[in-house]
Amino acid sequence: MNRTRTLLGGLVILALLGSLPLLALTVPGVLPGYTYEPGTLQLLALCWLTAALALSYHLLFGVAGLMSFGHALYFAAGIYGLAIVLDRTDVPLLPAAALVLVGGIALAFLVGAVSLRVTGISFAMVTLAFAQAGNVLVRRDQGDVTGGEEGLALATGGVPDALVGVVNTRNLYWLALVVLVVVYLVVLWIERTRAGHMAAAVRENEVRVRIIGGRPYLTKLVVFVLAASLATVVGMAYLLLQSGASPATSTADFTLTLLVMVVLGGVGSRWGAVVGAVLYTLLDQRLAELAHSAAVAGLPAVLRIPLSEPMFLLGTCFILVVVFLPGGLAGAARRLADRQERRDERAPEAATA
Amino acid sequence: MNTLILLLATGLGLGGLYFLVASGLSLIYGLMGVLNFAHGSFLTLGAFVGLAAANTVGADTWPGLALGLVVGSLTGAAAAALTELGLIRPLYDRHIEQVLVTVGLSLASVALFEGIWGPNPRNVTRTDWLGSTTDVLGASVPNTAFLNVLAGAAVLGGIVAFLKFTRYGLIIRAGVENRAMVTALGIDVRRAFTVVFAVGGAAAGLGGVLATQSLNYVSPHMGASLLIFAFIVTVIGGMGSLPGAAVASVVVAVLQQLANYYLNNTGDVIVVLLLALVLLVRPSGLMGRPA
Repeated sequence: MNRTRTLLGGLVILALLGSLPLLALTVPGVLPGYTYEPGTLQLLALCWLTAALALSYHLLFGVAGLMSFGHALYFAAGIYGLAIVLDRTDVPLLPAAALVLVGGIALAFLVGAVSLRVTGISFAMVTLAFAQAGNVLVRRDQGDVTGGEEGLALATGGVPDALVGVVNTRNLYWLALVVLVVVYLVVLWIERTRAGHMAAAVRENEVRVRIIGGRPYLTKLVVFVLAASLATVVGMAYLLLQSGASPATSTADFTLTLLVMVVLGGVGSRWGAVVGAVLYTLLDQRLAELAHSAAVAGLPAVLRIPLSEPMFLLGTCFILVVVFLPGGLAGAARRLADRQERRDERAPEAATA
Repeated sequence: MNTLILLLATGLGLGGLYFLVASGLSLIYGLMGVLNFAHGSFLTLGAFVGLAAANTVGADTWPGLALGLVVGSLTGAAAAALTELGLIRPLYDRHIEQVLVTVGLSLASVALFEGIWGPNPRNVTRTDWLGSTTDVLGASVPNTAFLNVLAGAAVLGGIVAFLKFTRYGLIIRAGVENRAMVTALGIDVRRAFTVVFAVGGAAAGLGGVLATQSLNYVSPHMGASLLIFAFIVTVIGGMGSLPGAAVASVVVAVLQQLANYYLNNTGDVIVVLLLALVLLVRPSGLMGRPA
């Protein structure tokens, strides 16, 4: 009963989001214009893709408890891989995407196999180092392949016409929405398979898993590769949406923003990751508007400088959430629901990961 | 031959800088199990404030530089101590949250530095001696390399002496060994946490001012770029091991210089490969305790 209700609710939300390009809705202060306008659709599509990417990071951090600082590497591998294949060869979009996905999986397997030899903080640092090497390769651009600091424009030769140009932003919007739904379903499915349960067990107590005969290393590697390949897929859609690749997507800071999104939403919660990512993307965009607005320019320096740096405000919000709101938005929502359900016997504090 | 000497000398200089950052990271991790992402921000803040102080006397004079170094390390120490007291301590023993807070702090502080001092690198003025080179066995070695090596060695000696001969040093060494036991003996380890943060922050602030002298610019992002190599150094050296960090700093920096010259600018990638190799052979690092 409860399950059908959740399913129905999901389908209604999905139908609503899917029909946005055909409607003329607007939310003043949140969206830049009406929902049928390309600018608004572009922003919303960016929200969906970011949410999909945050979900892939949730699989890594929330489910398997692996704090990676190098997740951007696989996202960038999707973006740059597809951009380079389309730029250098005449392969059409779908075979090219399949090729890049295979490449992304191979890369994730190699890096994962090495970095999973250490755990905890060392693992975080090692993934960071590998991602940094990728970032350096992209920026240095030694074989004149990646376009260096300027990035690479999407070569539209192999891409279907329906996915090119501002006129077709609504198609890209739908593509982004489909990617989000598919990634959500895949993550949901993985969490419910034996591998997913095993990964959760490894997160809670690795020694115990080993004692009952499980293989933590293998489990973690499987989840690592799955999360990375999802990121590669999202990266390819991102390339089509932004019609270009930029080195900023391969930086360590980019992974850190993913971490911020997942923690804002609530570690371990799928909805939290989605909400955190959408909220972050909208805030980032809106705060950048605010930074350049006349109201801020007129303030004294003490207020103007912090207000004109979106990252400062987001970082501060993030610190406040970590210190005062353990479990993020999802944790807060759960606590509220618990409190309402059981007024008399106080619900135990939801365990924060 | 000349080139080799030059590369070794600049590598040693760079190694000194890496060590200044990595020593603090390693100490903090060893005692508290916290990966401090905001360490790069202590460095950047130390660099900006230190240079501002140097400019009041004249950045191209020796007293100016000395003042800059002192003010830079004091700024780093103050920022680090405040971070520990305000953000790390309330999250006592929740390591993941502590890391997350430092991540947030690093993102926010770099943005704030950009807002205050502008996003682009600025040139700095140096003393004439630091801007020139010295002839060593036919190689023209930049004088900043000597200063960096000297500072790295002094900080290494200073921290080792501090750990060996002071009461706090004793508590810190015992805490790294077995924190639960030290607490059980009724010693307040938490004050040692603040001290460790302050010492690490001072080294980072000093490193920040020195880095501006070597790079000849100061930018809000210099901390982040040095921090990543400091992370690599800490892992290769063995998390929490000070001598390990010292050895790894030199190895990493020299290897990077050599690869940049002889192997077509691949220094950064080679260093990551070295990291992978060390992890495959010795996952606990060169001088780390076996996990």
